[in-house]
Amino acid sequence: MSDPVLLSVEGVAVDLPTPRGNLRAVDQVDLRIGAGRTLGVVGESGCGKTMLSRAILQLLPRKARLSGRVMFDGQDLVRLEPEQLRKLRGRSIAVVFQDPMTSLNPVLTIGTQLIETLQEHLELGALAAKKRSAELLAAVGIPAPEQRLMQYPHQLSGGMRQRVAIAIALSCEPKLLIADEPTTALDVTVQAQILDLLAREQRRRHMAMILITHDLGVVAGRTDEVAVMYAGRVVERAPTPELFKRMRMPYTEALLAAIPKIDAAPHTPLPAISGRPPDPTRPIQGCSFSPRCRYAASRCFREKPLLADADRLDHQYACFHPIQVAAGICA
Amino acid sequence: MMQEARQSSSRDSLLRVENLVVEYAVGGKTIHAVSDVSLQVARGETLGLVGESGCGKSTLGRAVLQLRRPVSGRVLFDGQDLTAMQGDSLRRIRRRVQLIFQDPIASLNPRRRIGDIIAEPLVISGVKDPKKRQELVCEVLSAVGLDPGLVIERLPHEFSGGQCQRICIARALVLNPEFVICDEPVSALDVSIRAQILNLLEDMKARFGLTLLFIAHDLAVVKAVSDRVAVMYLGRLCEVGPSEQLFAKPAHHYTALLIEAIPVPDPDVRPAETVAVGEPPSPIAPPSGCRFRTRCPRADQRCIDEVPELRPVAPDQFAACHHPLIATA
Ligand SMILES: Nc1ncnc2c1ncn2[C@@H]1O[C@H](COP(=O)(O)OP(=O)(O)OP(=O)(O)O)[C@@H](O)[C@H]1O
Ligand code: SF4
Ligand code: SF4
Ligand SMILES: [Mg+2]
Repeated sequence: MSDPVLLSVEGVAVDLPTPRGNLRAVDQVDLRIGAGRTLGVVGESGCGKTMLSRAILQLLPRKARLSGRVMFDGQDLVRLEPEQLRKLRGRSIAVVFQDPMTSLNPVLTIGTQLIETLQEHLELGALAAKKRSAELLAAVGIPAPEQRLMQYPHQLSGGMRQRVAIAIALSCEPKLLIADEPTTALDVTVQAQILDLLAREQRRRHMAMILITHDLGVVAGRTDEVAVMYAGRVVERAPTPELFKRMRMPYTEALLAAIPKIDAAPHTPLPAISGRPPDPTRPIQGCSFSPRCRYAASRCFREKPLLADADRLDHQYACFHPIQVAAGICA
Repeated sequence: MMQEARQSSSRDSLLRVENLVVEYAVGGKTIHAVSDVSLQVARGETLGLVGESGCGKSTLGRAVLQLRRPVSGRVLFDGQDLTAMQGDSLRRIRRRVQLIFQDPIASLNPRRRIGDIIAEPLVISGVKDPKKRQELVCEVLSAVGLDPGLVIERLPHEFSGGQCQRICIARALVLNPEFVICDEPVSALDVSIRAQILNLLEDMKARFGLTLLFIAHDLAVVKAVSDRVAVMYLGRLCEVGPSEQLFAKPAHHYTALLIEAIPVPDPDVRPAETVAVGEPPSPIAPPSGCRFRTRCPRADQRCIDEVPELRPVAPDQFAACHHPLIATA
């Protein structure tokens, strides 16, 4: 990675008090992302992906406790005043959620929402903001943008709404875009369009992007690096091509195997991962994947494997019995 | 009628849908949800039904069960026309056809215990002996991989999405149906749990000798379980054929587009850049001629003027396209 580090998440943990006891949603996560780079964060639902993104944005539920540092462009976001944070969010760091209605106001027109964002953060005049809004809608592939400005969110399809949410997110030329399952609620064809749109704008603007998803297929062709999360931790991290060529962590392998493959014959049984992720209020003593792991041995049930230092291929994993890769490649 | 006869002549079909039309009236306008669709499903077969959101897949499933009465067309189940049936005779047939929904949690009554939820269809269909009901409930719960002792007293909110889907499957199977319509049964589930449920459906199909109509918008999921696949677009059928053949050699431009849009978990395969131009137009005023023409790279004047009919393009494969991607047989 030659680009300077833009965001560095250092030893971040998030605890949430619940009636059932303390829930550790994010557990000692370290991540870095360079300016203009893309990072995919992959894992099953409940593994802490969304809490991690909210920890970066400092948008955690009120009762949550956060420890660690979130260094963005030289500042620790954890220590910023609410006012400074509000300026930063939407301006330097933007976010796109799974459900576009999270970021759209149902009672305001698309135009009003875009124009307000532009005026607030960029101090544009009314006319300039309006012109810029139409340009942004056109850039995210919305036909007849001038007319759309007058419409309300409910008058658009799900795919169109997500495009509008992306237009708002991109409006202030952020340095970092966090896209949290941006296409999970959409159809395959629309999903492909939205992912292409994000990739294109990311490159064009030299913006860094964190793409959060439960589908390894989504990150494969579209990210520089991937971090796989399980039970609140990063369990494997590598440059994307390296990860797919030499995956070491049994969980990553299992996630990939469980995806139905379009070139497999019908009625081929899928290698499903048995069981389900552990209850985060009841931490597991050894490796959190051990109850579901087909390689688990006695040590895995006693000790927690830590994310090892990166090897020369910049690959890290937390496993006592990593999958062996062909000799010679990883001597 | 010729058309269905040709779709699959060799096997005995349990379900035949003939020229089905379903519409909704909304604010004085008509939504053309299903327009002139014909299909058949052979006994013991799984037919996959794919298409984008709003193309009418669920409406078709509901119209088969007469939960939504069609405007015209026929639905023949085991030779009997359901569209002509009412009351008791329809209820009797419905015992043999069950439906599983996309959102497993929402489709379970939150205030009822799992045991009662699964026993309910038995009560309705007149199994009076509570012991007998309990026995059947336990049997079907074990079949779907849940421990009856741990499950029957509990409420739906105590279960994960995957477990709720198992419960829904148990409820659908307790009456021992012949035909099950699965409407997006795994769309709301994570990849890992999705694989468990797909495998379970395959097991149940073999164990109970089921025939399935499997509705989904994800082609790879559909292919994993289906013998044949039917592709719908904006209320019309575009293409139908044996799964493998359809994926290897799609004839309809829309099928080809759907296949290209599937994310491939391999970083060496660069995603095709914006294959999927635009979104489906409104079903209130669908385009003339071929409904896909506004997004089709191959569309010409004929596609605007003439509705393409379903025609054979290869053995057992049929496409409704004026310019199919494979030379017509
Ligand atoms: N009860 C209803 N009243 C009015 N319109 C309806 C109703 N149900 C469905 N529609 C409309 O009919 C069309 C077909 O809808 P349907 O739900 O059958 O599509 P689908 O293919 O199942 O979509 P999805 O993938 O989103 O489930 C859509 O335009 C939809 O908005
Ligand atoms: S540490 Fe053990 S249980 Fe955990 S992933 Fe590795 S082999 Fe499996
Ligand atoms: S009929 Fe015409 S518009 Fe429709 S899919 Fe075929 S070529 Fe395209
Ligand atoms: Mg539906």
